[in-house]
Amino acid sequence: MNCQLAPDNILYGNGLYRLLYDAAGTLLPCWLAYLAAGLVIIFILVNGVLLGAAVITWTERRLLGRFQNRVGPNRWGPFGLLQPIADLFKLLTKEDLTPAGADRIVFALVPIAMVAPLILMTAVIPFAQNTALASLNVGVLYLLAISSVTTIAIFMAGWSSNNRYAMFGAARAVAVLISYEVPVVLSLLGVVMVAGSMSLGQVVEAQALPFLLVQPLAFFVFLAGMSAELNRTPFDVAEAESEIIAGYHTEYSGIKFALIQAAEFGGVVVVSAIVATLFLGGWSGPLSEYLGWLWFLLKTGVVVFLFIWIRATYPRLRIDQIMAFSWKFLLPLSLINLLAVSLEVFFLRGETGQLTATDLGIMTGINLVLAVAAIAFFGNLIRRRVKFETRRPAQNVVPGVSTIEVS
Amino acid sequence: MYGLAMVKGLLVTLKNLTRKPFTIQYPEERAEQHPRFRGEEFVWYEERCTGCASCAKYCPLGIIKIVTSPSETALPQGDKYRLEVFDIELQRCMFCGLCVEACPYDALFMGSGFEQGQYSRQDMVITIDQLRQAEKHPSTWFRPQLEGYAGEPGESRRQPAATEGESRLTYNPRGGPPLGWREVGRESWRWHRREKAGMRLETGPTAPQQTPATGAGGETAGEVPGKDDTIDDMTAGKP
Repeated sequence: MNCQLAPDNILYGNGLYRLLYDAAGTLLPCWLAYLAAGLVIIFILVNGVLLGAAVITWTERRLLGRFQNRVGPNRWGPFGLLQPIADLFKLLTKEDLTPAGADRIVFALVPIAMVAPLILMTAVIPFAQNTALASLNVGVLYLLAISSVTTIAIFMAGWSSNNRYAMFGAARAVAVLISYEVPVVLSLLGVVMVAGSMSLGQVVEAQALPFLLVQPLAFFVFLAGMSAELNRTPFDVAEAESEIIAGYHTEYSGIKFALIQAAEFGGVVVVSAIVATLFLGGWSGPLSEYLGWLWFLLKTGVVVFLFIWIRATYPRLRIDQIMAFSWKFLLPLSLINLLAVSLEVFFLRGETGQLTATDLGIMTGINLVLAVAAIAFFGNLIRRRVKFETRRPAQNVVPGVSTIEVS
Repeated sequence: MYGLAMVKGLLVTLKNLTRKPFTIQYPEERAEQHPRFRGEEFVWYEERCTGCASCAKYCPLGIIKIVTSPSETALPQGDKYRLEVFDIELQRCMFCGLCVEACPYDALFMGSGFEQGQYSRQDMVITIDQLRQAEKHPSTWFRPQLEGYAGEPGESRRQPAATEGESRLTYNPRGGPPLGWREVGRESWRWHRREKAGMRLETGPTAPQQTPATGAGGETAGEVPGKDDTIDDMTAGKP
């Protein structure tokens, strides 16, 4: 064992990495072992995200089918489990088209620019105890920063396609993403404040009670905001099939389209993992020393189901409704949550600045009431009141004869 | 309260998640088909066909082509023409069933299939050989003698089923082996008369005002002697 990882290295917290590094260090020079161990972990993460995306495509189609009293894909493999593979081979064998007027370099870069942020985001997610590839002490900030990169990729796609619909979709996507970034960040501030740290591992450890209960408003805002950032159904104006063909990926086909789809569904996986980490307690649970990964998968699955459930339920909002929902509803809610949490933290924290489980319980009680009241209040504010005109009932209606209204 | 409707919507979809899917997995399962389904695979019984070409004449699209020649064969039905060509251009057929209605000898039946898709238009023309060799699964469209059949083919086809509601669905065209020309029976004269009375094509006791001068015309027109052994229930009981 000739190589020693410094304890202040961000990779020090990952047990698997240290194991690999020590194993490789016996054969290779230290710098090469550092690289090789990192590549092994990266390989696992990349494949995990893409496999997760494949599983999500299957899950989503099956569940949506059942939600709509259909069966969903069930022909290929048991329960249709091999359907994603069939889809992949279909897309691989399709012709890879580039439009005549396209900006070829940007056009070709888009799929990579869409998938890369997702894989980068998985780097800081703790799948179990001490398994985050990099236990960054600014993990939440890193996540927010990286998740915004997708916006640029979407706009690149829309602009380089030389297609009006793609441009429309990209413009809508950028508008939605910029609007929803604000409440999302503000809702995460409450989480960070209660946890006392931006490191995702410490956020998980701070959750004696899941933050879903402690800050229901933040959970609601974050879920809605992330739903919008993923361009999922209540907010999917960016790729509204019935309006603008496929939005920003109208012109994509073949392997590039496959990558864009993988990025979309992989985004669901990653965002669900983040929600599970920040609000549902991540890997914590009974026997979390050994079964942490199982709890993490279970909670991620629950969030994925929630996303699919929401998609199966709500129709698409108009762009002005989306903007109103963000600026008039989610933003005040996140500000109220921030105010309430900061006051609670200020008054409840102990000498060391830590919050005990009792403190969290008190916060839960206050915040639940506050959440219901705030949602009801702001919901009534943004509700568009419809005034029905009192119309004079029609007189002398002759059946079968159409009457001409004189007014 | 605002937001409650959204929760209600979520519950609606959740309730649908627990329901059984409506889907019928087509190649393995089939939707229940009505016995009067007017489908492809026309059933043609050469033994009964006289080559009168009524079907070709009544086809509104003119897609039935019949070429006959005189023949000396005398079948139980009497003299008949020998058919040389009997082409049905299925690609243009609209399955109105008028050819079946027109056939006076119950030689042509609507089929019960719907899976005869082909890759070229030439293949969509059903020739006389195909009609001869096809498996005969006749539909009960305009052939009431097939309805009310509840047992094995050839057994008790003419017996009516227990109730009116059941009788329509007891015959399954695809349920048993193909039917021969002796098994499908003839439609009864009584049924014919009722059909025509419904259509008000016939002057009789049902429409006496059309024949006011000849008072006895109604009864004579209604009686067709000796053809069927059934009692005509349209005229019975009415003086």
